[in-house]
Amino acid sequence: MSDTHAQTVAYVRDTMLDPKPAPANQSGAIQWLRENLFSGWLNTLLTVLGILAIYGFVSHFYGWFLHGVWNANSLAECRQIITDQYGQGATGACWGVIRDRWHQFIFGFYPPELYWRPILTFLLLFVAVGPVLFQWVPKKLIWFTPAYPFLAVWLLWGGSVWGPVLVALGFVLAYVVFNFVSRFGTIGGFAAGAIFAILFWLFGVSPLAEMLHAAIPLGIEPVESAKFGGFLLAITLGAGGIAMSLPLGVILALGRQSDMFLIRTFSVIFIEFIRGVPLITLLFVASLLLNYFLPPGTNFDIILRVMILVTMFAAAYIAEVIRGGLAALPRGQYEAADALGLDYWKAQRLIILPQALKISIPGIVSTFIGMFKDTTLVAFVGLFDPLKGIPDFIRADFAWKGIYWEPFIFVGAIFFILNFAMSRYSMYLENRLKRDHR
Amino acid sequence: MTTAHDAPESQGFRLSQLIYDTRYRSLTIQVVVFFIVMAFVGWLVDNTIQNLSALGKDFNFSFLSQRAGYDIGNAIIPYNNDMTHGRALLVGLINTLWISFLGCVAATIIGIFVGVLRLSKNWLVARLMTVYVEVFRNIPVLLWILVAIALLTEAAPAPNAYKINPTTGEASASMILDSIAFTNRYTAIPSIHFDRSLGVIDTALAPISLNVLAIVALLIASLWVNKRVLTHAANMQEATGVRPTTWWKSALILIVPMVALLFALGFNPDEPVLQGFNFKNGTNVSNSFVALWLGLTLYTAAFIAEIVRAGILAISKGQTEAAYALGLRPNRTMNLVILPQALRVIIPPLISQYLNLTKNSSLAIAVGYLELRGTLGGITLNQTGRELEAISLMMLIYLAISLSISGVMNVYNNRVKLKER
Repeated sequence: MSDTHAQTVAYVRDTMLDPKPAPANQSGAIQWLRENLFSGWLNTLLTVLGILAIYGFVSHFYGWFLHGVWNANSLAECRQIITDQYGQGATGACWGVIRDRWHQFIFGFYPPELYWRPILTFLLLFVAVGPVLFQWVPKKLIWFTPAYPFLAVWLLWGGSVWGPVLVALGFVLAYVVFNFVSRFGTIGGFAAGAIFAILFWLFGVSPLAEMLHAAIPLGIEPVESAKFGGFLLAITLGAGGIAMSLPLGVILALGRQSDMFLIRTFSVIFIEFIRGVPLITLLFVASLLLNYFLPPGTNFDIILRVMILVTMFAAAYIAEVIRGGLAALPRGQYEAADALGLDYWKAQRLIILPQALKISIPGIVSTFIGMFKDTTLVAFVGLFDPLKGIPDFIRADFAWKGIYWEPFIFVGAIFFILNFAMSRYSMYLENRLKRDHR
Repeated sequence: MTTAHDAPESQGFRLSQLIYDTRYRSLTIQVVVFFIVMAFVGWLVDNTIQNLSALGKDFNFSFLSQRAGYDIGNAIIPYNNDMTHGRALLVGLINTLWISFLGCVAATIIGIFVGVLRLSKNWLVARLMTVYVEVFRNIPVLLWILVAIALLTEAAPAPNAYKINPTTGEASASMILDSIAFTNRYTAIPSIHFDRSLGVIDTALAPISLNVLAIVALLIASLWVNKRVLTHAANMQEATGVRPTTWWKSALILIVPMVALLFALGFNPDEPVLQGFNFKNGTNVSNSFVALWLGLTLYTAAFIAEIVRAGILAISKGQTEAAYALGLRPNRTMNLVILPQALRVIIPPLISQYLNLTKNSSLAIAVGYLELRGTLGGITLNQTGRELEAISLMMLIYLAISLSISGVMNVYNNRVKLKER
């Protein structure tokens, strides 16, 4: 090649020049800085303000964090250690309160020798929700999921094993009755199963449980609800509320979309009423008014009462989220289901709800996050939530009088981690279920 | 020969049709549900009557006209402890509305700022705003309210820390912009003062300041005139294609009369001044109010920021590109193309955030600010022992507030929503 050129042109370059490196201010860190931080006077101003804000924050608090003391048994001791180590006027975090009282933040007043029970319940929670939440978990584990609530109640509250077993048996019996009667009609079977189960729970469970317990005393030490507190209480209320509010929310949403006037009206009244009042008033209903509404002499567990009201509260919000999902489905999906000859429930189960629930996932998860945060409000009906009830109790102790920031940071961090994880999971789920036909 | 069969002979109405015939089935289900619900409600009412009679109580609201006997620190309308429980309820209700209104306004402003900044190309600012939003959204609002009250009561100086030390010539704490002072008991802010006040009319409900009335009337009048000018300009544009310049007319109409009125009334802010151990002249806002307001505002602002961000992101890039292709400048693109469309996406969730803030204001119980839940659902309930009446009345009032906010906002939503043919 070069030979041929050599005859015609004086000099020909036969290799390409290496590209020159970009100018220093057009590459690497400098370019990134110019593009992302200093691309104009406004951006520069914002960057400077941002740096000033971070500097102000860090310079105010790094000392406090740096001087943190873990080994102390009272606030006074903490301050003494900090003054000794860092001189007069130094401030520092007193993490000693967390070391001293972490078990109350987590378990409330649950008997320490029984801590294995809530821990086991918490671990089993992952086994129970695993098959529902993640695809890679073996599907066979799904049988454990419906059994879990009864196991959890038994482990947490203790007592005889027969109560939860018999309540669970009620569901099984209802299913058997449903299967038997539904040969004569689905609705009849449904009604018969429900009535049978309710009668069984009302009149069968407690005498049978006593009989069985007398015959075979299987049980663990009971723990009363007053001993629940801290994150144990928050997670119990949150998980229980989530598990119960989803089905109720779906039913309410379907009711609100129903063609039947009365059912729609009742659903609308329920949803709008619950959404229109603050949760705190509902909690007051649970603690003060429920005794008026139930037959004289009834008095049942405060945690259960609160959980019922929290469930109703969350269900109303979830119903609205799912209604949005139902409304977002194209009309054609409903018509296609009708054209296939599916009846109402089959159409809902096989065609409408899977799609509607998929669209509603972000809303449902943010409702759950909201509900979990709202469990802290139970402090106002005298329960020991981790945010106000437990820290107030700890501050009532003279050793920890006046300690504010450390409990706030500890509890806030745990709430943040749990809620942030939930919101990330909802993003993961959205991605997994995306079918890209939009 | 085949003959078309007649319709099967009518067998009359059979009972099984109620379940198997789709024409009657929905009726059957509704009737059954109706009876179940009514029976349930009846059961509740019956239980309540029995329980009440067992306790020797009745169900009436006469306690509202009894003497309340407790003080409310933050009353906006005149109140003293000789007034009735009904008056206390009203004070509480007005406090609820007041804190909700201030919270909504502040949360909207902060939320819009944060939402827009989170979309900024500036890496640092976008990250900072993300941190703010995630931290505030994922931690209960109760914690933020408790943090705010703890900050104010534990970390703020006592009022006399603002006193100038005669030996050093300096105070140990200094006021922000010489007009706001955070202390461990209250926050001193400037109050509004009119040198030539028009006076006050006393009504049974609350005294009405004629100054405020005059300012509001003038504001409405000038807004109305301004709207007329703008409509006229729009009509001119329709007819001739040339839009007359309006900005200086608008400025003239909106600003000059207001300045004139304020000048005539002798308007000036009354700065708080330390006298003795306390601030005088200005308004001392109690810490419970400030803490509740801060907590609610910062928490709700994080949600509003996300709503604003989602609303702006929801408008497809094609809209911006189309606007640029038409030759619109970036700020006009934002005003004329993006924002009007984004508002449609933003308004409905924004309404529910306002509702949430209003409902969350019942957390005032954590800081001791007496609003509706603190008066009617707190002290009145405890003093009179009428849980059933107080709580149901309180729920009804909250319900009425919620329904009216959503009603008003729905009207607005209907006006801005996409008009489809």
